[in-house]
Amino acid sequence: MTQLESPTTTGLHTVEVTVNGQARSAQVEARMLLAHFLRQTLGLTGTHIGCDTTSCGACAVLVDGTPVKSCTVLAVQAHGAEITTVEGLAKGGQLHPIQQAFHEEHGLQCGFCTPGMMLTSVAFLKENPSPTDEEIRWALSGQICRCTGYQNIVNAVQAAATTMREA
Amino acid sequence: MSTTHEVRGVGHSVKRKEDARFIQGRGQYFDDITLPGMLHMEILRSPYAHARLKSIDTTAASALPGVVAVVTGELMAQHNLAWMPTLSGDTQAVLVTDKVRYQGQEVACVIAESAYVAKDALELIEVEYEPLDAVTSPQQSSAEGAPLIRDEKEGQTDNHVYHWEAGDKDSTDRAFAEADHVVALDTFYPRCHPAPLECCGCIADVNPATGKATIYLTSQAPHAHRTLFAIVAGLPEQNIRIISPDLGGGFGNKVPIYPGYVVATAASLLIGRPVKWVEDRTGNLISTGFARDYHMRGELAVKDGKMTGLRATLLSDQGAFYADAQPSKFRAGLFHIVTGSYDIPAAHVVADGWYTNKAPGGVAYRCSFRVTEASYLIERLVDNAAHELDVDATQFRLDNFIQPEQFPYHSATGFVYDSGNYPEAMRIALEKLGYEDLRREQEEARKEGRLLGIGISSFTEVVGAGHGKEYDIAGLRMFDSAELRVHPTGKAILKLGVKAQGQGHETTFAQIVAEELGIPYEDVEVQEGDTDNTPYGLGTYASRSTPVAGAATTVISRKLREKAREIAAHLLEASADDIEFEAGRFFVKGSPESAKTIQDVAFAAYTNLPDGMEAGLEGVTYYDPPNMTFPFGTYAVVVEVDRGTGQWKPLRVVAVDDCGVRINPMIVEGQIMGGLTEGYAIAAMQLIDFDEDGNCIGSNFTDYLIPTAWETPEFEIGELSTPSPHHPLGAKGVGESPTVGSPAAYVNAVIDALWHAGVKNIDMPLTPDKVWAAMNEAGIAE
Amino acid sequence: MYPSRFEYLAPTSVEEVIAALGEREGAKVMAGGQSLIPVLKLRVASVDTVVDINRVAGLDGIEEADGGLRIGALVRHVEAERSPLLTKRYGLLGATARLVADPLVRNRGTICGSLAHADPQGDWGSAMLAARGSVVVRGPNGERTIAVDELSLGPFMTTLQPDELITEVRVPDPGPRTGGAYLKLERKVGDFATAAVAVQVTMDNGSVGQVGIGLTGVGATNVRATAAEDALRGSEPTDEAIAGAARLAAEAAEPQSDNRGTADYKRNVVRVYCERGLRTAISAARAGEE
Repeated sequence: MTQLESPTTTGLHTVEVTVNGQARSAQVEARMLLAHFLRQTLGLTGTHIGCDTTSCGACAVLVDGTPVKSCTVLAVQAHGAEITTVEGLAKGGQLHPIQQAFHEEHGLQCGFCTPGMMLTSVAFLKENPSPTDEEIRWALSGQICRCTGYQNIVNAVQAAATTMREA
Repeated sequence: MSTTHEVRGVGHSVKRKEDARFIQGRGQYFDDITLPGMLHMEILRSPYAHARLKSIDTTAASALPGVVAVVTGELMAQHNLAWMPTLSGDTQAVLVTDKVRYQGQEVACVIAESAYVAKDALELIEVEYEPLDAVTSPQQSSAEGAPLIRDEKEGQTDNHVYHWEAGDKDSTDRAFAEADHVVALDTFYPRCHPAPLECCGCIADVNPATGKATIYLTSQAPHAHRTLFAIVAGLPEQNIRIISPDLGGGFGNKVPIYPGYVVATAASLLIGRPVKWVEDRTGNLISTGFARDYHMRGELAVKDGKMTGLRATLLSDQGAFYADAQPSKFRAGLFHIVTGSYDIPAAHVVADGWYTNKAPGGVAYRCSFRVTEASYLIERLVDNAAHELDVDATQFRLDNFIQPEQFPYHSATGFVYDSGNYPEAMRIALEKLGYEDLRREQEEARKEGRLLGIGISSFTEVVGAGHGKEYDIAGLRMFDSAELRVHPTGKAILKLGVKAQGQGHETTFAQIVAEELGIPYEDVEVQEGDTDNTPYGLGTYASRSTPVAGAATTVISRKLREKAREIAAHLLEASADDIEFEAGRFFVKGSPESAKTIQDVAFAAYTNLPDGMEAGLEGVTYYDPPNMTFPFGTYAVVVEVDRGTGQWKPLRVVAVDDCGVRINPMIVEGQIMGGLTEGYAIAAMQLIDFDEDGNCIGSNFTDYLIPTAWETPEFEIGELSTPSPHHPLGAKGVGESPTVGSPAAYVNAVIDALWHAGVKNIDMPLTPDKVWAAMNEAGIAE
Repeated sequence: MYPSRFEYLAPTSVEEVIAALGEREGAKVMAGGQSLIPVLKLRVASVDTVVDINRVAGLDGIEEADGGLRIGALVRHVEAERSPLLTKRYGLLGATARLVADPLVRNRGTICGSLAHADPQGDWGSAMLAARGSVVVRGPNGERTIAVDELSLGPFMTTLQPDELITEVRVPDPGPRTGGAYLKLERKVGDFATAAVAVQVTMDNGSVGQVGIGLTGVGATNVRATAAEDALRGSEPTDEAIAGAARLAAEAAEPQSDNRGTADYKRNVVRVYCERGLRTAISAARAGEE
């Protein structure tokens, strides 16, 4: 694991991360949340913030492939890690199957929870490529959607799973 | 469906155009926007529910490096901005000057270079409060000796806000006198909150050089907000531009004007830099427009198995300021739809509103202006009545439904229902459910000691506000608008006075234009939310977009079609009377093979016009709906209740909705499932509660519970379509039907499981402990 | 939503962690951070220094060792949820892991962090009481072992010194004829327990050999229902015996009435869940020999 250097005299820490395949670096206070680091310092506003008690999961991103609530991780903790945000799902102009599936299955309405839902689903499908609906609901049970009623989200994950299995 | 797969007008389940940016994380929600020189605002909120403000010292806060300004009520008062009007004709504090009236009320604001620093500065503001006794219910605030909450209001001697009645007392009293059975129900629709996933907020950018204010605002009604801003802030209206960008949900939470918006704007004006205010979830739940908090007593008079009269007595908890966003002539919103789907000849509604030491509001959360409360009351009453009369719940409803031949139906409280087919919706639902088999299964289960329940709700609601003479908000008549321009290359741009927060307007309204003009829906760009670039409208809430702006879009499309017909006649060298139109093609009667397409006509509108005709193919219309629309449906829920813990699980949820013509069935079903989930959440777990000191319990997501995919049931969706006769497309609107109609279905199911033991009512939310307590009292708990 | 400023250290050895804790007042260890960071965001506690142990080597892993299991301080709930070791005789632990918080929080939070946090609504405290776990603790004066029974003093208070670090939790091998269950009443996934019951039973021929019952959310700490355990130990697990033990477990509970329910309600949940948990555990224990 990459060693985090001592803070500078101004109390700032240098954080080096790879985000969506790109090396990024900045000096931040220890108290800065990863969610704010992504949104404000790196300008990646696709990760959203919906609550203040680690309850809603709108802020979910992948840290070293694992979905976490970025509002409950300090930016300094991510030093040396590989982070995937929603902006990193499409590759070379091609949408990721999960993105295509959410679109086809009407798995989003206002779009605010969607980045987190998709990222968690991508990590989940890696480990469970042929899930039941129940397993999908369990995997997403740390995240809230107010618009869809979840049924189309589940359908979208199933559709993506089918596409990814057949690829 | 009359249009082709290429054009995709009304009736096609086309995929959404707006998805592209959201699935790539490129939505533009207001907090995604950064302006040069932008500052950040955080709000200091009162820890007390009721307290005099003795002193406030901002010296230390102001001195913190990075802090640019600290705004107090005193400073706002100097600019006449410490108080502002509400949408209901009351006044509301922007920042506290004299006393705090609810926990979480805005006391001061810090504007700093970053939100982190602003939050640091909040801790340095020293406030001295003198706590006062708080009242947290209308029963308390109406009692003798209750503290006077609005002591600053001239002429206000108690906590009473309004008295309002609908229907007719005498004929209702007669019906009750002659009844052979009266069913009564006292029930409380608890305070809950729309809690869209994106909180409220704004970026106020008042340009010091030009005096122009650009305000990015989480607003479901940008034009109305602009007018109110002009009045409140004294800024000339032509200098205010409100841009409501992508919204992460609204559900009525983004209709009111909040103090944060006003302070941010004033701060930007005074400082000369943009000021961003991002609300946090605690602020959202503790201070912004909540929903319901309605104490209801309902009585149903029955004679010979028929409903003959309905009484509803209501106590409304308005919070500290009367700030309901609803048509101004109706103090209890559209509650008087309470006779619902039933042919009840006499009804009387009496409503009183009371101030309490709680956040202001009440009309929100997909409620159709209090139709949620009314629908809950009648559907619970009807189910209880069926039990008391020992009649099947579905049969009792069928016996009392307004029949299809009775439409347009004049209700006892003055509504004219446009169309409906209630028995058919019921029939479809029961068939999907396998109702007879389920009742048998329920009996068998009961013998084994298992508690199964079936709950029905056959709701009729009223949306599409509304005809200007009757419906206005703060005086602004509730028309809505559509402005359509067809470009030379045959594409089009449609601008609307409404504003979606996830409902898919960019797709569905394009489909309307596609339907009427034959322009493929992908070629129609839809814009909403920017007051500089859209026609004036009253916004999106109460399911009014399709009924009103959808009608406007249809009307203007048809108007342009008539001009297009004239141009086509010119191109075809025929008389306009001989020109027919079909799916984007104009042709002389009998010669469809020589047609001019709408694209040909569009080009001609700029290049080859008949003599004397103005160039261009565009127009704007403001639609005044002749009546409301009345979506309806039947929902059925099956539950099993755990006798040991009181937990209950919906095993099946069947929903049959009739919203008239469906523009995009996929989007309609999405709306229904979302609303059924909110209905479940309200019935099962959502509650904003207060202790006796007025402390708010439910001001974050660990106390205010939102169900996840794990708790939320699966939905079986059926459909029916009875067009609205007065709407140009026959569409009625659907966004709120499921939140209106479903809570009663869930609750009726649980009560149905327990009725045999003597349980007649449990107020929402039906948390496991409450269900268990009811079973325990009835002797059937494990 | 925005924490106050604090100093942050990310040492790479246990010695450095202990030294940092010793040198600084108001220093807190952070492992998963899923309890600490929320507290920092709400500014309800002031922490001057956060000592992040995530870069310390040697604190991960679940393994069989020394007649039982050892679970390192950096083992996340999700690892426990997925570990093939935490099944069968250790099934109580796998069942508990699954019900902690929600899937995203489980990806970061740790078992030992949960034990150190000592929230009476924490799940692991009850599971470890039932499984007779103990934590290995290192401080400036060396290493010691504390039975989980003796770890909690009250809500969020433990017998740990400010300069001590839990390096692992150990669970004794209960034997092959053991089964466990964790039943948790939560109003939704991620809610704290209204009440929960952890049960572990080892069968000895036809009787209950060992039994552990831990209760969540019904006391100032996680509660071990000793009277219930005593009543059941050595007995044949008849319906009456199970019901009797469940009643005793309910009596051992000291719940508060709050927005999740009255004290009476919570006691009833304890009783019902204890019964159901015992049945499940005994079934699994009996199957364990096959």
